Amino acid sequence: MLAYLTTPRFLRAALPAASFAILLAAIFYVQPRAMSYFGMNLMLQYTVPIALATIAQMFIITVNDLDLSIGPFVGLTACIGATLLADTPALGLLALAGCIAAYAGLGALIHWRNLPSLVVTLGMSFVWLGVAVLILPTPGGTAPGWVKAIVGLKTPYVPFPIIAAAAIGIVVHLALMTSSYGAVLRGAGGNPKAIGRAGWSLLKIKMVMYGAAGLFGVLSGLSLIGLTSAADAHIADRYTLYAIAGVILGGGEFVGGRVSPVGAVIGALTLTLTGSFLTFLKISPDWQIGAQGGILIIVLALRALINRREG
Amino acid sequence: MAFIRQLSGKAWIWSFIGMFLVWFVTAAYTGGKGSADVISAALSFATFTVIVGIGQMFVITTGPGNVDLSIPSTIALSGAVAMKIMGGSNAMLAIGLAASLGCGLAVGLFNYLLIRVLRIPPIIATLSSSFLILSTAIAYGRGLKIKPPPLLAEFTTAQVAGIPVLAIVIILFAVLMSVVLNRTLYGRAVLAIGQNMRAAWLAGIHVERIRFATYVLSAVLAAICGFLLSGFSGGASLNMGQEYLLASIAVVVIGGTSVAGGKANVPGIWGAAMFMFLLVTMLNTFGASAGIRLIMTGLIIVAVITIAGGDEPQR
Repeated sequence: MLAYLTTPRFLRAALPAASFAILLAAIFYVQPRAMSYFGMNLMLQYTVPIALATIAQMFIITVNDLDLSIGPFVGLTACIGATLLADTPALGLLALAGCIAAYAGLGALIHWRNLPSLVVTLGMSFVWLGVAVLILPTPGGTAPGWVKAIVGLKTPYVPFPIIAAAAIGIVVHLALMTSSYGAVLRGAGGNPKAIGRAGWSLLKIKMVMYGAAGLFGVLSGLSLIGLTSAADAHIADRYTLYAIAGVILGGGEFVGGRVSPVGAVIGALTLTLTGSFLTFLKISPDWQIGAQGGILIIVLALRALINRREG
Repeated sequence: MAFIRQLSGKAWIWSFIGMFLVWFVTAAYTGGKGSADVISAALSFATFTVIVGIGQMFVITTGPGNVDLSIPSTIALSGAVAMKIMGGSNAMLAIGLAASLGCGLAVGLFNYLLIRVLRIPPIIATLSSSFLILSTAIAYGRGLKIKPPPLLAEFTTAQVAGIPVLAIVIILFAVLMSVVLNRTLYGRAVLAIGQNMRAAWLAGIHVERIRFATYVLSAVLAAICGFLLSGFSGGASLNMGQEYLLASIAVVVIGGTSVAGGKANVPGIWGAAMFMFLLVTMLNTFGASAGIRLIMTGLIIVAVITIAGGDEPQR
């Protein structure tokens, strides 16, 4: 038993959960009042949009790409949600579907021309931002009532953000980690040539993964305006970095299709908690992003240590 | 004819063609009014993009996966530190510059340590360090409203016959870096590593030493950019580096440097930086809104990379 618990494989898998647990314990120690339904709800309310954006980024990282436009994209879908979707639901849904299709199209373009995703998504981040500014030039709009109702759900005993985060993690885990097509999708990150030789269409795989990322980006934008009830083109600019950090904190590897949906959700939770932790320690918010960078480095250092033991 | 054929084989020529095209269209639209001023303004603003672009080019050239995402925060930190130390006095100019360079050196060193010791992929390493650097800059530069020393402000905005002095200096610097890239041991080693890191290592190149120098170079250039930029814009601000993340990568790509590494050129960076500025100017003269300008900038970057294409699996 002990031998198993100290294998690099187990340690690596346990690292995200352990860092989250340590951070949570530290928060409860500093501020015991946070250990309540209300406290948890307040601390974790922004977990849902961040977790969804993180999962979107994870889909892209699975196929060895990187998306630097997910933040502005979430901002765009938030703007669509707070304007078109609220005023003319049919048109709004169509626009959001168009966003997802555009993402799938990006995947096709990147595969077809063998482009570096970094540059393409960096360029697209301007496009998303530009469209968002056209739709909503000044902060405003209102979130549709049903979106607010879902996000503001009062669940018994366990706060809604925790249930939602768990549900997101489990659903994506079932789809990506246990299904046979999920294995093919991850394989396309591990060894694209082998997957191609085995007769799978790599073009379709890229489109599916980018499309899935688009879908989760849309969900992230909608859940975000459910919390803020208004939108702004720049509302989610930071999500690009949060999402990458969340995937890496959650044990995802940068190349090779080695990802973990549950880990990614835990990574998003950890990032959200960092902010609260610093507030409780009365550390100036100036250091909030710095602390997130620090945690990222520490976790990666620990992982490097574990990997070195593996040889 | 042979000359034209030779020119069209150069990767950097396209960015200059784009630049002149956009300029001509703008000049035609305005009837030639203020076309010289536009070029002068473009030179001033492109200068800063070129400085960070050159650093980014060396990093990208060392191979797939290598990119410096900490440039914007380094610009912010260096600007804030230099402004605070100089406190608006000419006498402190040298010390301010030294502090600025020190910032760059420290950032480059830190980035490389993360990449080498912790074996973090460069993108994540420079990303996480940029969080730390930006936080330091925010905490250090809170409420910073210090004017740059008059001498620095004068130097960065001075013009000779309508041409910004700073642009002339940076053109000379670009020529120097072009020689460094193509004619020195260091530059050749960077290209070799970008083409095949293992082959370069087997050939006896000190791969890690070169990578270290490259990340330090990029950070130091970002620091210099921060120093000059705060002189140019009348003081440091924390978000003044923001636009240079995309700009630094975009000018490298549009300038004809391969994103897969191993193939680079310096002139293209100037062409691309001028092109990007003139493009925004053109859209402005057409009366395009901020949204349209953003969309066009993004689409052109995507179009350029699509036409240039990728030749290897890369990131």
